[in-house]
Amino acid sequence: MIDTRPPLIEVEDLKTYFYLDEGVVRAVDGVSFTIRRGQTVGVVGESGCGKSITARSIMQIVRPPGRIVSGSIRLHREPTAADRPGDVVEITRMDPMSKEMRLIRGGEISMVFQEPMTSLSPVHTVGSQIIEAITLHQPVSREDARRLTIEIFSKVGMQQPARTIDRYPHQLSGGMRQRAMIAMALSCNPSLLIADEPTTALDVTTEAQILQLMRNLQKELGMAIMFITHNLGVVAQMTEIVFVMYMGRVVETATVDDLFYDPKHPYTRLLLRSIPKLGSKAAGTAPRLESIRGTVPHPYAIPKGCPFHPRCGDMIPGVCDVVDPPLVKIGDSQEVRCHLYTPANAPGSGEVIPLTTT
Amino acid sequence: MIQYIARRILLMIPTLFVISLISFAIIQLPPGDFLTSYVAQLRTQGESIDAAQIEALEEQYGLNQPIYVQYWKWISGILLRGDWGRSFEWGRPVGELIWDRIGLTMMISLLTILLSWAIAIPAGVYAATHQYSFADYLMSFISFFGLGTPSFLVALIALWVGLAVFGVNISGLYSERFINEPWSTAKVLDMLSRIWLPIVVLAIDNTASVIRTLRANLLDELSKPYVETARAKGVRETALIWKYPVRVALNPFFSTVGWTLAALVSGETLVSVVLSYQTSGPLLLRALTSQDMYLAGSFILLLSTLTVIGTLLSDILLAWVDPRIRLEG
Repeated sequence: MIDTRPPLIEVEDLKTYFYLDEGVVRAVDGVSFTIRRGQTVGVVGESGCGKSITARSIMQIVRPPGRIVSGSIRLHREPTAADRPGDVVEITRMDPMSKEMRLIRGGEISMVFQEPMTSLSPVHTVGSQIIEAITLHQPVSREDARRLTIEIFSKVGMQQPARTIDRYPHQLSGGMRQRAMIAMALSCNPSLLIADEPTTALDVTTEAQILQLMRNLQKELGMAIMFITHNLGVVAQMTEIVFVMYMGRVVETATVDDLFYDPKHPYTRLLLRSIPKLGSKAAGTAPRLESIRGTVPHPYAIPKGCPFHPRCGDMIPGVCDVVDPPLVKIGDSQEVRCHLYTPANAPGSGEVIPLTTT
Repeated sequence: MIQYIARRILLMIPTLFVISLISFAIIQLPPGDFLTSYVAQLRTQGESIDAAQIEALEEQYGLNQPIYVQYWKWISGILLRGDWGRSFEWGRPVGELIWDRIGLTMMISLLTILLSWAIAIPAGVYAATHQYSFADYLMSFISFFGLGTPSFLVALIALWVGLAVFGVNISGLYSERFINEPWSTAKVLDMLSRIWLPIVVLAIDNTASVIRTLRANLLDELSKPYVETARAKGVRETALIWKYPVRVALNPFFSTVGWTLAALVSGETLVSVVLSYQTSGPLLLRALTSQDMYLAGSFILLLSTLTVIGTLLSDILLAWVDPRIRLEG
C-alpha cells in the first residue's frame, strides 16, 4: 500500500555530530526518512542510538558541542490555495536562533519531553508557561491566550482547567504535568508533534491514559506525530510506520504490521525477541527471555562495516565487517540496511533467512 | 503566609533574648571591667587615682553590683524606656552614639549589595552562558583575585594610590572642612563624593563570590529540561535564559541577603578603620577594647537584631519568588 498523503517533513542524509575533547561522536550519522501529513511514525532503538538527537535536529535545538554537520530537513507547508503548492523550507539552512526558526519551533513543530517533572519551570505557573507559547505564535491578547489555555486544558483532560491554570508544576501529579506539556505543545496547532518518550517517566495506568489522549487528539486535530520510544508495545498501539535506529542510522523502515510480523533486520528481530510475552509462562512454552548480546559499541570506536556486526548472529565474515551495508528496498514500504538482503548475498530478495540463536 | 510570618516573628523573641544574654556575657568575659582599663589608662598618663575614687566610680557606674542585676538594668531599660544605657567612655547615652553610625553602616552595606549584584549578576550569567570562553576565564581570574584579596588591603592600596598618584587624601567620610559642620547639602554631596570608595572596596569581595556562585548555579540550571522546553517553544534565547534558569539560579541569593548584610557589616569594620570612617565598626571595636559594656552590648544586640530581621526578610523574599517554598511553609 502506497501512502498518498503529501509529505510534511523530509529528512535526507542528516548528520549531527558532537565535537567533544575526546573525539567526535556521530550521534546521527546519515538518517533519511519522510513523515507525511497526519501520519504517526515511531522511532525506536536503544538508548544512545540517536533518536532524541534526530528530533532535536528537526527542532534545531541541538546544543553545542553538538551541531548539524550536513544533510537536509525540509518542511513542507500546507498549500494556501488548491492550485498552489505550499512553501518548502529548508530547516538546516536556517540559523537556529533566527526569528524564522523560532516561529517554526513551537508553532509548526512542537515537542513533548520525557520528564514531565522537570520539563516545566518550577517557579512559573503552568498557565503562564502555556500563555507564553500562545502569545509568541498567535496574534492574541493575554486575556484571549488565557481563555485559549483553559480551552486546551479541558481538551487534554485536565481536571478543573480554570483552577489548574494558576497552579505551579509541583502541585500537579506526573500525569497532569504531562497533560500540561501536551497542552503547551498543541496550543499553536502544530503540523508535527514530536513526542520524545512522553510516557517513560509515568506509571502504566497514566501511560495508558496519556496514549489514549494523544490518539484522540490526533483524530481531532489531524497533526502528524513522531513518537520516540524504546517501548515496542507503545509502537504497536500508536504508530503506522516505524523507523528502527541503531548507532545513528535508520536500519529498518517498516509499517507497524511488517515490523511485528515480518521484521527483516537482525537487530529488529532481536529487539522483538527480547520482549516478554504475556501468558507464555503459564502455557509452559516460555523460553528464557532473550537479550541482544553485547552492548552498543563505544561511540569513539564504531566498528568497521555494519555497526551491528559484532552483535549480529547472522554476520557474514568478510562482508559485514568490511563493507557498509546499503539500503535495500523490500516491497512497497519496507527498507532495510543489511547485507543479508543485497542481491549478492541473498538468493531471493525478501526471503527470511533463519536467524541463528545466540 | 501571614500565619507563617507571624510565627517567625514570635520565634524571633526567644532568639533575641538568648542573643542579648550571650552578648552581655561575652562582654563580661575578659578580666576586669571598664574601670580597670580606665584606671590603667590614667596611670599610663601619669595621673594617680586612689582606692576611694575607684570605689566612688564603681558606685556611679553600678559596676559593684552582681552581673544579673547589671544585665537586668540594661535590658529593662531598653525594653521599657528605649534607653540603651550610657557609654562610660563617651559619657553620653548609647542611643545617641549609635543610631547615626548604624544608619551610615546600613547605607554602605545596602549600596554595596546593590552595586555588587548590578555587576555580578550580568557577569555571572555571561560566564555561565559562555562557559570556557576567554571572557569566562577572565572573569574567573578576576573573581578569584577579588576573593583572595582582603578588603582592608584594597582600601590601603586605594589610599596610597590616592595620595601618591593624585595627591588627595581620600580617607575620612567628609573633607576636613566639613568634619565639625552640621549637616547641609554641601556636606551630603561631599560625603557622596567619598562614600563610593568603601562601597567599591567592599563590593569587590561580594561581587567575586556572587559571580562564582551564580555561574555554578546557572550552569546546573541551564541543562535542566525546562530550559529546553522554553527553547522548543520558540522563546528568544536571551529572554528565555533570564526568564527561566537565571530566575531559579538567583534563589540562593534571596535566601542569604540576611547573612550578607551581617558579613558586610563586619567586613566594613576593617575597611572603616583603615579609611577612618565614622561608621559603627570602629566604634564597636573601640567599645570592646575599652570594655565600655553598655555601648558594646547594645551594639552587638542591635546588629544581631538587624541580622535576625534580615534573615526573616530574606525568607519572606524567597517565599515570594519561589512558589515551592511558599506552599510548604
